[in-house]
Amino acid sequence: MSARAALPAPAPSDDPRHHLPAIEPDRRISDWGRSERIEGLVDRTLVEFLYHYWFRCEVEGIEHVPPTGGALLVANHGGALPPDASMIAKAIKEEHSRPRPLHLTVEHFFKGYPFLSMFVTKIGGVPAHPANVHRLLHDEQQLVLVFPEGAKGTEKLFKDRYKLRRFGRGGFVEAAARAGVPIVPVAVVGAEEAMPTIAQVGLLKRLTGLIYFPITPLFPHLGLLGAAYLPAKFRIRFLPPVRTDRLAGEALDDRGLLQEIADEIRGRIQDEVLDIIGDRRSVWLG
Amino acid sequence: MSARRVLITGVSTYWGGRLAQALERDRSVEAIIGVSPDDPTCELDRTEFVRVGTQHALLRRIVRAAEIDTVVDTRLIVDSVTAPPRAAHENNVIGTMNVLAACGGADSPVRKVIVKSSAHYYGSERDDPAFFTEEMERPHPPRTALEKDVVEAERAVEAFATRNPGITVTVLRFANALGPDLRTSHTALLGLPAVPSILGFDPRYQFIHEDDLHGALEHAARHTLPGVYNAAGDGVLALSEVASLLGKPLAPVLPPWGTGLAAGAMRALRVRIPPEMLQQLRYGRGIDNRRLKAAGYVFRATSREAVLALARHLRTRAITDGDPGYRYEREVEEFLRWSPSVRESDRLGLERLSPEQLSELARALDSLPGGRPER
Repeated sequence: MSARAALPAPAPSDDPRHHLPAIEPDRRISDWGRSERIEGLVDRTLVEFLYHYWFRCEVEGIEHVPPTGGALLVANHGGALPPDASMIAKAIKEEHSRPRPLHLTVEHFFKGYPFLSMFVTKIGGVPAHPANVHRLLHDEQQLVLVFPEGAKGTEKLFKDRYKLRRFGRGGFVEAAARAGVPIVPVAVVGAEEAMPTIAQVGLLKRLTGLIYFPITPLFPHLGLLGAAYLPAKFRIRFLPPVRTDRLAGEALDDRGLLQEIADEIRGRIQDEVLDIIGDRRSVWLG
Repeated sequence: MSARRVLITGVSTYWGGRLAQALERDRSVEAIIGVSPDDPTCELDRTEFVRVGTQHALLRRIVRAAEIDTVVDTRLIVDSVTAPPRAAHENNVIGTMNVLAACGGADSPVRKVIVKSSAHYYGSERDDPAFFTEEMERPHPPRTALEKDVVEAERAVEAFATRNPGITVTVLRFANALGPDLRTSHTALLGLPAVPSILGFDPRYQFIHEDDLHGALEHAARHTLPGVYNAAGDGVLALSEVASLLGKPLAPVLPPWGTGLAAGAMRALRVRIPPEMLQQLRYGRGIDNRRLKAAGYVFRATSREAVLALARHLRTRAITDGDPGYRYEREVEEFLRWSPSVRESDRLGLERLSPEQLSELARALDSLPGGRPER
């Protein structure tokens, strides 16, 4: 028997967090496919311009975003090609005392559509799979942004603006609770006016294979120019975190309870959205 | 339990051959028997090579006669370019069943079975998680013949494990392997002057270095690892990152729609892209290797280092090409092993065995049908 074989098998560590891959300093792309170079380029140009000059974002309650550890940000969603996600990410970069990257969860659709799949991944989009969210929140202790309304939020017409849709089936509450991280609700006003949807065309949606095919004031008759936003004033309000650590064990399997908490969070965001709208004098000037 | 008497199936494959070489260096391994229908492609020292098909009756006799305690099955075909679909099915599904049948049974000496599987088990789809863990199922049924076979083979292994609770069954699901000595569809593709890709997609790719292939199998042979383990280097690369590490441009020559047709047309240019690889070129795949790390295995290379190793090899390839490397010569091997004219110091491997072990080995060989292997 060699000395090596006589050694006992190494004691397995139960915590998967101890076995995450080490950071390779020469790489500029993360394991999730996020590219430091492309994200940085978009951030310094387009997002910088939109955030400061076009939408003139105003941010409140940034201190509610925890400086360390995982947290699940939950926001309302609206507008045909919504800029809300990148504005929330930029707000954390610009205003927070400890700027952190934000991972945006996106529909699986994006991974299957040419070019979008490349671009969305490179700027920090992650498919909204429960396992992805858990790994980011629990194992990597990152910030993750979800829009529980999903496509139901972005496909709604201008006449339904700021009426929050159903918040999924409470899946995001379960994700946060399993990861043991707080939920930070976020209310965003401005996205619905930046690119309002006048109508949805079912036939064109099927032909292009997109998740929806909107008619906006500029799209599709102006072609690529249709991707331009109207200069609505943006307000982003981060609300006090909702703790999920009281949810454990059996409570996690209680769909009714999860749904109740989801509805409560939806109600809080809806109230804040209405509060911001009540205060603004003009859609464009704020 | 550490393996002492090992049978390696598929010893003619790169995987089996390198594993045999690694085990040869370990004195605590008494006997290594390699079986395969083809000649070995790696130079073997004290490994006994026996040419067999996949008939389980023969394997069973070898297992019992040589009192094998550990069977490592490295036969699985994971690249559909290397074999026609019928042969691949025969090897991957029927072959696995036969090997398992040879290991089972009430009076079997086998205590451990290690099966090389593939991350093709998970497939590659739009709705996949970014990192597959071992207990995850693929979201959709398998699309390609190869993936179907891998899933079916694993089902057989799973059933075997439940029927034989006394045997430690380890399944290792390997990511795409890269390295200087390995020839796969992926090394062929990355060896082209430009790396072909699907227009509009930059898939995530994870690799395992060739040294970690047999490293992980050896680790499983030395320790007790029941269950399924993903084996892949740390780090998931974008295909564009892989191309830039190789110093090559990415060539988006495949259209996003009608990709299969275009891949068919590329065969005229001698570029063969198998269907399971087309899926990967579109959606990519990442697997979570943390369970294997938690079980004590330390990977020698990350995905990035595996690509860099391939890049070094590709740069020198033009100069070293034409070097035949190792070729198995049955007569020479037999002569060096058995002939009384050979000096003891030059005798292949056998000088390390005690006289009892030698006679035992001779008995095992004699018990084979037709006595000692002959041409």
